[in-house]
This record gives sequence, C-alpha cells and structure tokens, in this order.
Amino acid sequence: MQNHFDLFGLAPAFSIEGEALERSYREIQSKVHPDRFAHAGDAERRASLQWTTRVNEAYRTLKDPVQRARHILELHGVDVAFETNTAMPPEFLMQQMELRETLEEAKDAAALDELRADLKQESDSLQKAIAEAIDVKKDYRGAAGLVRKLQFLDRLDEEIDSAYEEIE
Amino acid sequence: MALMQIAEPGMSPEPHQARLAVGIDLGTTNSLVATVRSGMPAVLPDAHGRALLPSIVRYVDSQRIEVGYAAQARQSDDPKNTVVSVKRFMGRGVKDAAHIENAPYDFVDGPGMLQIRTVAGVKSPVEVSSEILRVLRERAELSLQGNISGAVITVPAYFDDAQRQATKDAGRLAGLNVLRLLNEPTAAAIAYGLENASEGTYAVYDLGGGTFDLSILKLSKGVFEVVATSGDSMLGGDDFDQRVFCWVVEKAKLAPLSAQDMRLLLVKAREAKEYLTFHGEARITAKLSSGEFVDVVLDTETFCSITQTLVQKTLVPVRKALRDAGLRADEVKGVVMVGGATRMPQIQRAVGEFFRRDPLNNLDPDKVVALGAAMQANVLAGNKPQGEDWLLLDVIPLSLGIETMGGLTEKIIPRNTTIPAGRAQEFTTFKDGQTGMSIHVVQGERELVSDCRSLARFELKGIPPMVAGAARIRVAFQVDADGLLSVSAKESTSGVEASVSVKPSYGLGDADIERMLRDSFEHAREDMHSRALAEQRVDGQRLIEATRAALAADAGLLSLEEKIAIEAAIATLEKRLPASDHRPIKQAIEALNRATDEFAARRMDAGIKRALSGRQIGSL
Repeated sequence: MQNHFDLFGLAPAFSIEGEALERSYREIQSKVHPDRFAHAGDAERRASLQWTTRVNEAYRTLKDPVQRARHILELHGVDVAFETNTAMPPEFLMQQMELRETLEEAKDAAALDELRADLKQESDSLQKAIAEAIDVKKDYRGAAGLVRKLQFLDRLDEEIDSAYEEIE
Repeated sequence: MALMQIAEPGMSPEPHQARLAVGIDLGTTNSLVATVRSGMPAVLPDAHGRALLPSIVRYVDSQRIEVGYAAQARQSDDPKNTVVSVKRFMGRGVKDAAHIENAPYDFVDGPGMLQIRTVAGVKSPVEVSSEILRVLRERAELSLQGNISGAVITVPAYFDDAQRQATKDAGRLAGLNVLRLLNEPTAAAIAYGLENASEGTYAVYDLGGGTFDLSILKLSKGVFEVVATSGDSMLGGDDFDQRVFCWVVEKAKLAPLSAQDMRLLLVKAREAKEYLTFHGEARITAKLSSGEFVDVVLDTETFCSITQTLVQKTLVPVRKALRDAGLRADEVKGVVMVGGATRMPQIQRAVGEFFRRDPLNNLDPDKVVALGAAMQANVLAGNKPQGEDWLLLDVIPLSLGIETMGGLTEKIIPRNTTIPAGRAQEFTTFKDGQTGMSIHVVQGERELVSDCRSLARFELKGIPPMVAGAARIRVAFQVDADGLLSVSAKESTSGVEASVSVKPSYGLGDADIERMLRDSFEHAREDMHSRALAEQRVDGQRLIEATRAALAADAGLLSLEEKIAIEAAIATLEKRLPASDHRPIKQAIEALNRATDEFAARRMDAGIKRALSGRQIGSL
C-alpha cells in the first residue's frame, strides 16, 4: 500500500509537525494542481488530476488524527477494525453513554459548547496516549484500541454538529 | 557557438504574446466581464460605458433576441417572453424553484431541468444563460480586438453539481472555452486579498440577487485555501423584493394580478429596496392594467421588520461554516462583503454584530467577483510567470454519495473536501444470483435519499451470478477542479469487469449541446464549420507549444525512441494545422495526446521530487 508520509517527505509518526506537512503539501500542489495545466494537453491534464486527487487524499488522511493513526497501523500490518471490533472496556462505554445523555438533554448552544469543550479535552488526552503507544512504545496492537476510542469521540462530535443544526 | 535566429520578414513571432482570457460573473441580476490588461484587472464596459449587463433576456420573436438594458426596459410589457433571474432555474426542476407562483412564465417541466415557453419556442435555462454569455463574449472580443482563448465563469460556492454542470454547458453553448468554474466568494477573495496583501483567516459574505454563500478562507503568501463553505442557493436580494411586493399587495389590498402588473410591481419593489439604502422612506406608485392605482409609502423600520427573518436566515450558514472550520467568530480577521444585496444597511449591521467587527467594503460589491475571476483567468491562461502566480485550493460545498438499502444515503465524499477529490467504496449484492445493480448518485447532507438532490442513476449489468454478499462492486467518485462529478462502477471479484461513467442527469449530454450549437448556427452553417476549424487550430497550436516547452524542460526523462515518437506526433499535427477540415487536425491532436501520456506522468513525478528536495535543501 502507498505510504502517505513518503509522499510528503515525512517520517511516519503519529506526532507530526502540522506546519511541515502543510508546507510540503502546498509545495507539491503548486507543481501538480490543475490550475497549472489549464492550457496543457489532455495527457498532462489527466496526470495532474490524478496526482492532485492523490495528494489531497493523502493530506486529508494525515491531517485527521484517527485516519493518520489508522494509516500508520496499516503500514505495520495492524487492522484497526472499526467495523468488526466494537468491543470496548465497560467503563469507556459507561462514559460514552453519559456523554450521549448530556447531548440529548442539551437544549441550547451554550450547553453544546460546554459538551464540546469536555469532548475536546478527552480527545486531546487520548491523542497523547496514542502518540505514546505508536511513536515511543511501538505498541501497534495496543494503539488500535485507543484509535477505536478516538473514533467513538469523533462520531459524538459529528452528532453535536447535527444537534447545533437542530437548535437553529 | 549558437547562431542567432532571424525570422522571415512579416513572420516574426510575437515575444510571448499574452493569451486573451476573461473572467465572467454570471449573476442573478447583473452579469459582468473583466480582463487583466497590463497587469491590472478591469471590467469591460459596453459601447455606452456601462459595466453591468442586466441578466435579462427577451425573445422578441422567433428570430430576434434582446439582452440586457433593452430587455429590461420591456420586461413589464412582455413578461412571458422576458426572462429575468434565470440563474434561479439553472439545474432545477419546477418543484425546486422558489417563488415559482410569482414568476410570470409558462413553465414546461422536463425530466431534469424546467424549461420556459416563449415566442421563440421552449427554452432551457442553459440556453437563456448562454445568450447572456454570448453578449459578454462579443463585448470582450470587440474591446480586446481578438479571439478569447478562455474564460473563467463564476458560480455560487453553494451550487450543486447539476447547477454547475448547467453553467458550464451554457458557457460552451455561448462558444466559450471554459477554463474553470470558480466559486464567487473565492473570486472575491482573490481580488480582495491581492489588493490588500491580506494574511490570515477571512470570511466572505456573498449575498447576490438569488444566492447566498459564506466561505471561510485561509490566506497566506500565494495560497488561497478555502477551509469551509456554506450557503443557501435559494436566498438573495430577490427575496427582499418579494417581501416588499407581498407587503404592497397586502397594504394596497390588490386583487389577483396579471403577469404584467406582477412584473411591474416587482420592479417597483426592487427600486424601493435600493432607495431605502440611502433614504428613510420610499414611495411606491404604480398604475396597474386593471385601472387600480397603487400609492404606498414604505419606511426603513417596516422594511427591516418584514425582511428580518431573511437577514437571520443568512446567519445559519455562517454559524455552520464556522463550525465546519472549527473556528469561533472572533478568530476571523475580517469579513468581506460581496454582492449588491449587501448594500442594505440591515445586512451590514447584522454581520457587524455577529462578527463584532466592521465588515470590509472597500471594493465595489458588484464588481469584485468579476475582477477576481479575470485575475484567475489570467493565471490559468499562463500569462503570469511562476512565482508571481498563486495557488487556489477550493472545496465541494455538499456531500456526494449513493443510495443504499432502505433509501439511505451513504456519503462517499464529504462536504468541504478539497478538490480535485476522488474516493472509492465497495458495495455488494443483496440477493443470490443478482446480476445487476442500480446506482443512484445523490448530493446533500441528509440521511434520507429523498431529502437529497438526485444527480444521476445508472445500471451496472453483467455481474456474474454469486451468492448474496460475494460480489465486490467498487463505485468510484471523481470530482474535478470545477467541482464536477463523474462516477464509475466496476465488479472485480471474478475478474469480470463492467464499468460505466455517468454525467449527472441534470446536465445536458454532449449530443444536446451539439444540437443546440447546430440550431444556433442554423442560419450560418459556414460559420459553424469555420468556428470548429478555428478551435481545433488553436487547440493544436497550444498543444504543440506546451509539448515543446515540456521537451525543452524535461527531455531527460525520455528515452531516445520515446522522444522521437513525440516529435513525430508534433510534426504530423503541425503539418495538418493548415488543413481546411477540422477532423484530421482533431485526430492528430488526439494522437499527440496519447504519445505524451507517459511523459506527462513522469514529469509530474519529477515535479514532486523537485518540490520535496527543494524543501529539504531550504530547511537545512
């Protein structure tokens, strides 16, 4: 499989320097973007479209913590198994249920803001743990469980978005 | 020692002649064309010095068409044949268009887009729009004294695939080489950002005649990156006119109106709205065909209260875009106001209060989009040297997906994904022995397919019979730099592959475009032939130049045989350019394109390697 880190000239790690990634992404885009080939022949325009699509997809993957972690684990032959492995520690599930109850009870934007701030804290500490597991301990199997948890939090974040829309 | 080259007298090649490229703002109310001359963007006025072209088309009879001010002057006398705000109908069916009950047209509901019955026959919104674009193309050609090599046409950022496709089709129908569809707020950001050398996060609040867009962009040296976009493609200045119109009808207790009176009062409503920007009250008077007299006074306070819900409605997408961008209102460094409707004081006030800062108004809100489009056209035409140009990273406004079991939407490309974008997903069969699969492509954010816009349906046939769940059908979405989607599907388990590509059903097929082009040149067959020939020659010449430039830069990437093959294809094309038939030229262009496929891919790889090594050396 393609290593997205190679594409941007970065070492594969969960803790990446956002600025270096962005700089590298923009440098590549400035070479391959379709705007550079608007007057070129079909062959070049096709190649440009394929490359830009790939670069955008790779950038999107590396920017997002869940997708980035998943990509690293896949490079090490570990499947995060979002779809099949839904077994979670009971205390984590309890906490998730409580958060969802809070979400259902939230009736205004202020309550949602507060919930989102809590969620962000949770997510930050989880990301620290993932960085430790992947970058320091190289414990990819252990990291998979943490990534599944982070995915749970992301879904809740999406539900908060829909809740904002319903309030409006 | 290299010998100096001397050209034959009268044949001397121009020293890097700039290509004529224009930017077109195809607006709901007004349209404009602009270009970059001696490095400065400027709107091109008509023979009377007027920059705006009212987006109004009147079919006078089966032959004659009036566009712009002439059509505007007659709109109340001939409402059924005078199409205003046609942009509202682009890519829309009768049931999707707002205020259709107040529009004085004879609509014909087609399978995709609605059509309008006029004295010149049934016209689609694409054809009506192409008449506006044609006038702008002619204006530019006259003013610049030459053929336009390409055009950038702007669209609301919130336009869906069907509306974008319809706009691009209108451009082609008007005889334009559409270099790119550019989002209006992004165009405004280019004009604004370069004018003010801005850096940081900005919001563009674009309330046009019929559409509302809100885009959030990160501006940094040479890069315009759209972070999130939101909007309402059925909300604009026209809705404010409608509110005033309804208020007048109620206030003056008018009986049901004829088409003429309806148009007349809508025009008066618009005038009152504009007058209220600078005055405390506006008097609305009219003599109706029924003999009734209208004489009412609308003050600012009443105007604000009857339109307050519209103003509030614009803030919903603003909040949504901020959430999508993960930003708070106070993290936005400035709010650029675009579109004539943002002149209304209540809009300025509401936006100022929301962001807690004064909105930015230092560029003409009517012209800023066309100016930005012209600047982008100039870059796309290759008239700016590398280093002085900029990079534009835009997004799709609405998620793209397909229908799955139970009428649910499975999103394949989420909204705010940077384009070009591609994504594939695997699906499987539901029944044993199932050999076909119907694929329904939709756009929108809702869970239920029925709440999303249907873009296309197609069948994948010839799946080998297997038990349910065994087939692997890979559905691939590709969105190009114009934000336009193409979809293909393929069954891969058994090695049997079936694949199909679709164009969304709201867009016209290539055959339709050709037929319309043929119809429009019916009285000038020669003209059509010479146009096709001229286009192929320009394309051919352009391709030869581009290929030679590529060979000069990167011939090292080719083996000797490959280089010879490409040079042979160039020679063939060059020999055919003077031909009087466009077909052999077209074939030679295709052959040269095929010959350079591999070369183009290698150059792209090499470009990336250079970009990365440059960075590493730079950071050492």
